[in-house]
Amino acid sequence: MELLEGELEQIQTEVGFILRKYEPGREQLLPILQEVQGKIGYLPKEAMKMVAEAINIPEVDVYSVGTFYNQFRLNPPGKNQIKVCMGTACHLTGGHIIMDSFERRLEIDEGETTGDREFSLERVACVGCCALAPVVLVNEEVEARVRPTRVDGILLGLGKAMPVTSKHQKEEGDTIE
Amino acid sequence: MKISRTVTITIDGKEYIAKEGQKLLWTALENGVYIPHLCGIEEEEKPAAGCRLCFVEIDGFLNPVTACTQKVKEGMVVRTRSKRVDKLVGTAFELLMSNHRLGCARCGANGRCELQKIAKERGLKLKTSRLRSLVPEVPVDESPDKFTYDQTRCVLCGRCVWVDHHKAKIGAIGLVRRGMSRKMATFGETAMADSSCTQCGMCVEACPVGALTFKEK
Ligand code: SF4
Ligand code: SF4
Ligand code: FES
Ligand code: FES
Repeated sequence: MELLEGELEQIQTEVGFILRKYEPGREQLLPILQEVQGKIGYLPKEAMKMVAEAINIPEVDVYSVGTFYNQFRLNPPGKNQIKVCMGTACHLTGGHIIMDSFERRLEIDEGETTGDREFSLERVACVGCCALAPVVLVNEEVEARVRPTRVDGILLGLGKAMPVTSKHQKEEGDTIE
Repeated sequence: MKISRTVTITIDGKEYIAKEGQKLLWTALENGVYIPHLCGIEEEEKPAAGCRLCFVEIDGFLNPVTACTQKVKEGMVVRTRSKRVDKLVGTAFELLMSNHRLGCARCGANGRCELQKIAKERGLKLKTSRLRSLVPEVPVDESPDKFTYDQTRCVLCGRCVWVDHHKAKIGAIGLVRRGMSRKMATFGETAMADSSCTQCGMCVEACPVGALTFKEK
């Protein structure tokens, strides 16, 4: 993910400030990462490198922990956050197909953010309204019984410009699969 | 370590002299008794015991236990095979097979691969029968000068990571992500040559399968 103008400086200041509060030591890793994400909204690579240096462990060890726990995100939250439910009920009713549709439309993978930072896409576990499966949370609003055809509608409603040929391409793609 | 005393243990009905405090897996292997293993590292005090292949039965334990974590004790009675052990090992092995690019003929580890050895020793098949094969499409990382990394042949044993951290003392590689996405990778999942890797090759020597292999001259 490309950093925005001035973002690097902001990360360095914020993370530097956080790191001053901690003693060096591997056991500080999780609390530090939590605080970094709380402040910056995600774990930028620059921040992970700074953390590694401060507590004197290899960078890849920070990356390993940051990519292991679901609570950490490696990409900035988008202006619009799409959360596709992959709980049992939603999975059984085709949640992964909905995820695929968003991935194709936004041209990002699950867990990523579009280059313009307009949309981020992630999976969540059961959000508690299984009767409405498959469910998508769009900026925390529940979209019920989502069908692949509804995906374009949701994105259009959020102001995503769709390519004119989109319908045609989609049909082509569908027959190939 | 302190001066080692010895203990006498029994494996499959035969007595062996063992170094007190040594983990059973290594005692067995030193004495020519084969126990399947991928992740075990002898010098590691607290092994991860993640491959679940080194199960044995030990008198006094209700269930099979991993030999890489059990220290030998005076009078210990061990059986390397039993119905339960074979079932556990067979299932763990098949799970590995379902996530492994097979095709030994085209693999750099053909003939020295630990998976081939386990299959041969335990009469297991180098293929999946009950399980669906779920091998990701990932290109081989050929960026280092001397070796290559084929993620589709990695069994996630973590030996390379241990060696890189504790022997090479570089910290270039680690096990990242989780579940089906878990993999051995560098910081940011870059090509190995673009990481802090010094290409010393120690991890390649530690790899028990064909994931990290030296390029042919
Ligand atoms: S070759 Fe690179 S990754 Fe492997 S042990 Fe050496 S420094 Fe570490
Ligand atoms: S690359 Fe080899 S040594 Fe490293 S985790 Fe994979 S199988 Fe084990
Ligand atoms: S599984 Fe999706 S809301 Fe419960
Ligand atoms: S060698 Fe014991 S669990 Fe892997």
